Amino acid sequence: MTSHLIVLAPVDLVIIGAYFVAVLVVGFYLKGRSSTGEDFFLAGREMTAWVAGLSFLSANLGSLELMGWAAAAYQYGILATHWYWIGAIPAMLFLGVVMMPFYYISKTHSVPGYLKLRYGESSRALASVCFAFMTVLMSGINMYAMALVLKVVLGWDISFSIWVSSITVAIYVALGGLRSAIFNEVLQFFLIWLGAMLIPILGLMETGGWGGLKARVLTAMGSGQYTHLWSGLGSFRDNPMGIHWTGIVLGLGWVISFGYWTTDFLVVQRVLSAKDLRSAKMAPIIGAAFKMMVPFIVILPGLLGLAVLPMKLTGETAALAAGGHSYNEVLPLMLAHYFGPGLMGLGITALIAGFMSGMAGNVSAFATVWTYDIYRAGIRKNASDAHYVSMGRWSTIGGVLISIGTAYLVMQFLSIMDYVQALFSFFIAPLLGTVMLGMLWKRTTPAGGFWGLLCGTVSSIGMWAWVKADPTALRYIALSGNAKDMAENMYRALWSWTICAVVTVAVSYCTKPKPESELKGLVYGCTEIPSEKDLSLFQRPIFWAVVVAVVLVALNIYFW
Amino acid sequence: MTTKTPISVWFFTGVLIAFYGIVILGYGLYALGLPPSGRAMSGLHPDIWWGGVMLVVGAIYSVKFYPFNK
Repeated sequence: MTSHLIVLAPVDLVIIGAYFVAVLVVGFYLKGRSSTGEDFFLAGREMTAWVAGLSFLSANLGSLELMGWAAAAYQYGILATHWYWIGAIPAMLFLGVVMMPFYYISKTHSVPGYLKLRYGESSRALASVCFAFMTVLMSGINMYAMALVLKVVLGWDISFSIWVSSITVAIYVALGGLRSAIFNEVLQFFLIWLGAMLIPILGLMETGGWGGLKARVLTAMGSGQYTHLWSGLGSFRDNPMGIHWTGIVLGLGWVISFGYWTTDFLVVQRVLSAKDLRSAKMAPIIGAAFKMMVPFIVILPGLLGLAVLPMKLTGETAALAAGGHSYNEVLPLMLAHYFGPGLMGLGITALIAGFMSGMAGNVSAFATVWTYDIYRAGIRKNASDAHYVSMGRWSTIGGVLISIGTAYLVMQFLSIMDYVQALFSFFIAPLLGTVMLGMLWKRTTPAGGFWGLLCGTVSSIGMWAWVKADPTALRYIALSGNAKDMAENMYRALWSWTICAVVTVAVSYCTKPKPESELKGLVYGCTEIPSEKDLSLFQRPIFWAVVVAVVLVALNIYFW
Repeated sequence: MTTKTPISVWFFTGVLIAFYGIVILGYGLYALGLPPSGRAMSGLHPDIWWGGVMLVVGAIYSVKFYPFNK
């Protein structure tokens, strides 16, 4: 029996067990309310802004996200916060204020469904096939990674973790569809916060507040750059991440962030379930407000690890070789540092809840895209609504089984993990170009949209293969010989988006656009967006978007 | 388990949080009689006040969104 970080007490097992009972109760309760396609795939389009907004954020707040970015904060310092602030908030606000009206008014059930309406079947086919399979593969990879963490932290058997958590998710999503996934994501949102928030509270008490923490990090690392967001980004060499501010602003803040938050159906699906357009616009803004606070429970524990943990954490390989702890274990180590029985059960439940909310997000999005954009579009066009709901339930189970298969495949061939993660990134940046040009420029043609998406995706694959074959090629893609691995994704995304946009525009000018009558409800300038003049200032989404944006700017200045 | 009365997601959330609050607070009180654990900041008894906060928050949600009031 190998040693592990945490030993659970009976009271912890009661807390973890109660969580599994609760999510299953929700699934069984909602089974009777998921009989139509609208119910099962879009939660009846009756979610309030708060429910849709918290679910929108929760679907993204997976446990690997929590542990991965806490680890990044330990390794790179507060720079990791960029992934939560500039790398998320502007895109979430843009989705709410600018893009949501088109997604919502078009009554599409998915992002590939929007591409069908805007560009035609070929773009939808390309987008839906890429999205569906990448989603379940990613789900499998997350599943394996989480099971590995539970093995390292708790000593749980990998197969036990994989099967218990995935069967639970399969049951509650297959029974209650998106509504069940959303209800549980709201539940999980609270558990994640309640389980994780106590670490920074106790940590700041122990270190004497933010000033005391900064002083301790400076002593531990010998560099002030671990607690500054922007001041070291003037050069690749002046910060722990080896990145330049152009990569953060243009690569992360623009292409990667906008690509993920505005076109990844996993998150957009939650907002499409909103009960009306105002709720659909408010949901991403509410999500953004909470997203802005996530560094408190993710980045701060990583920084606290630098300040209070007695041991030095290292990379995975070095940790295995020396028998020490890796960066990825910083969050569980902080749990063990502060939490006794009871609270430990809550902390572990938060990690499991994060994992399950991410997985439920993946499988519910997969079931929708498979059923509507692949099965109905290409295999069986005119079946009854009940048939498609049944297909949704079965494809949920199928998606979970493919994920489990992927998890076991990764267990045998670890390198697959890198490949699949890369595959997902190939597609998101060009898709942003295709969706955004389609929404905002009525001259974009179906051929332009398709060829732009294809060329952007192929160019992204090409750049990735180039750097894989010759790592020195990174200097050309990132335009600097000092760029490190983290910079590659950002500049590759930036280039692939640019290529997509250029090809889309060029092909569009050479081909015939759709008549404006066919673009109603889909494109800016051809769509009548309901006026908000009758709403008071505090009811208007734009007001709250501005409030969130101002707070974002203030936070960036404070932590400059 | 099905009912004609829709049960709000906030009610489910409130019940679970209140239950967790009871368990964590209860264990914290029980642990007062045990030797110190040696964990950082354990002298502040975070399980007692955090469990208490969860119990109060959970109870408020459970009562406010109780589905069978009528």
